[in-house]
Amino acid sequence: MQSFDFSDVDELYREIILDHYRSPRNQAELEDADIVSEGVNPFCGDEVYLRMSLDGDVVDGVSFHGTGCSISQASASMLTEAIKGKSLEDAESLYFLFRDMMQGRDPTSEEQDRLGEVESLAGVKNFPIRIKCALLAWAALEDGIRAHHRRTRDGG
Amino acid sequence: MLDVKAVRKDFPILSREVYGKPLVYLDNAATSQKPAQVIQALVDYYESYNSNIHRGVHALSMEATDRYEESRRKFAAFIGAPSTTGVVLVRNTTEAINLVAQTWARRNLGPGDEILTTHMEHHSNLVPWQQVAQERGASLRFIPLTHEQALDLTNLDSLLTPRTKLLTLNHMSNVLGTINPVKELTEAAHRAGARVLIDGAQSVPHLKTDVTDLDCDFLAFSGHKMMGPTGIGVLYVKQEVIEDMDPFLHGGEMVLQVWDDRATWNDLPMRFEAGTPNIADTIALGAAVDYLESLGMDNVREHEVAITEYALNAFRELEESEEVRVYGPRDVTQRGGIVSFYSEAVHPHDLGTMLDREGIAIRTGHHCAMPLMGRLAVPATARASFYVYNTEEEVDLLVAAVRESIRYFSGTRART
Repeated sequence: MQSFDFSDVDELYREIILDHYRSPRNQAELEDADIVSEGVNPFCGDEVYLRMSLDGDVVDGVSFHGTGCSISQASASMLTEAIKGKSLEDAESLYFLFRDMMQGRDPTSEEQDRLGEVESLAGVKNFPIRIKCALLAWAALEDGIRAHHRRTRDGG
Repeated sequence: MLDVKAVRKDFPILSREVYGKPLVYLDNAATSQKPAQVIQALVDYYESYNSNIHRGVHALSMEATDRYEESRRKFAAFIGAPSTTGVVLVRNTTEAINLVAQTWARRNLGPGDEILTTHMEHHSNLVPWQQVAQERGASLRFIPLTHEQALDLTNLDSLLTPRTKLLTLNHMSNVLGTINPVKELTEAAHRAGARVLIDGAQSVPHLKTDVTDLDCDFLAFSGHKMMGPTGIGVLYVKQEVIEDMDPFLHGGEMVLQVWDDRATWNDLPMRFEAGTPNIADTIALGAAVDYLESLGMDNVREHEVAITEYALNAFRELEESEEVRVYGPRDVTQRGGIVSFYSEAVHPHDLGTMLDREGIAIRTGHHCAMPLMGRLAVPATARASFYVYNTEEEVDLLVAAVRESIRYFSGTRART
């Protein structure tokens, strides 16, 4: 029997990522959402649907559902944990931080603290074809926040 | 019988490593690897007689023209075409099908007419027909699938009606490996007065194909899946059909005489080959046909039946424990060397990454067959596809790596 050490992929599939994949957080659908957005990658069929409720400018509730590979779904699950209780501005800056990390910029130790569990996705940057998977939910977050700002600005 | 060891020596790429591991190339349904003989044919053309064809009176041009037309004769012989009249050189299967849709179908389809196809087509044999049907007011109908993902022909009589103008289907499914009974279906379609297009992208590289015996009206296939270069494919059209077809692209090469306000068309099949064609790749595909003929298509098929049977058996244990679902017919005489599978535990893309890092190249995704994924009720599948150079050892590696990946993802495997 051939043995595989899979040591190459251990940096991609960290235990915490597989944990989020097997037991995604915040799946119970939020009923009264202020922000609803989705991320779909038709190329590989990954889908993430995000719902957020706001208390003023603060995300006080968030849920997601979706289908797809472990990276896309674990990243979405981590996102929901990471933005809960944060202001939209902080949530957005977390997205920028995460995006920069995916594009190869190593976070400072202060930034690592801010990223928390999300930092465990750092290994994805060494698997370029999978970066899109990791960013899917985050791009949906950014879309949702922008649309919300447009609505509140336009609608007064 | 094939001497697989000797065959492997002809393919330079098979000696490379990926991430420090020997390459196990199991993505042949996407594209095949190329033997040194094909690569050399490209080099020879560019080093020794590169020139444009059909026009020049100089030595190089005549040599290139001879080799180009010699390749066309090889393609005709390879598929059992009675002459080269209906052997049109195109970029690939997709372009071949679009050529038929844009010329023959636009002229011959009208409101209320029907195109009959199947629920296991590649997007390239579906989307062009959606477009032409919308434009002409025609509609698409579908032959459904059995539980083993073969064509369900129970209601064929009601699907083939006097309004059916075209039956278009693949000879071998790129997802399921299913070999469709194209000869019988062609006969049935002709009785109903319909023309028949066979998408041979997956079959021509692997099965002896004889258009005279099949009696199809169109056959489309790509060179790159049969050891040839990318960018060259063939559309075969039956003589009585092509004689009545309008040109597709207009310009040089396809004309006979040109005036300020009009032109006349060149002979067949050049009428369908506007502009400087893909000379180098046509000649190299000729070398690929020579190579396949030297192996013998019966031997190619025999090897693939054996390795497919071996693969289905190797997957059996994982199937019985319901860790993996394998698609397509169980009877290896009814399928080609394409094995699609799915595991609930590991998403196909994760599986693709796991295997990649072990040097094993498979395809994961929807395989350009999104409607079929919906019917199989999966977002994507993993697909291993074989060719003449694949070995049982490679299949063992594949199945072992799939098994270990499932353990890795379900958390039942100790991590390093």
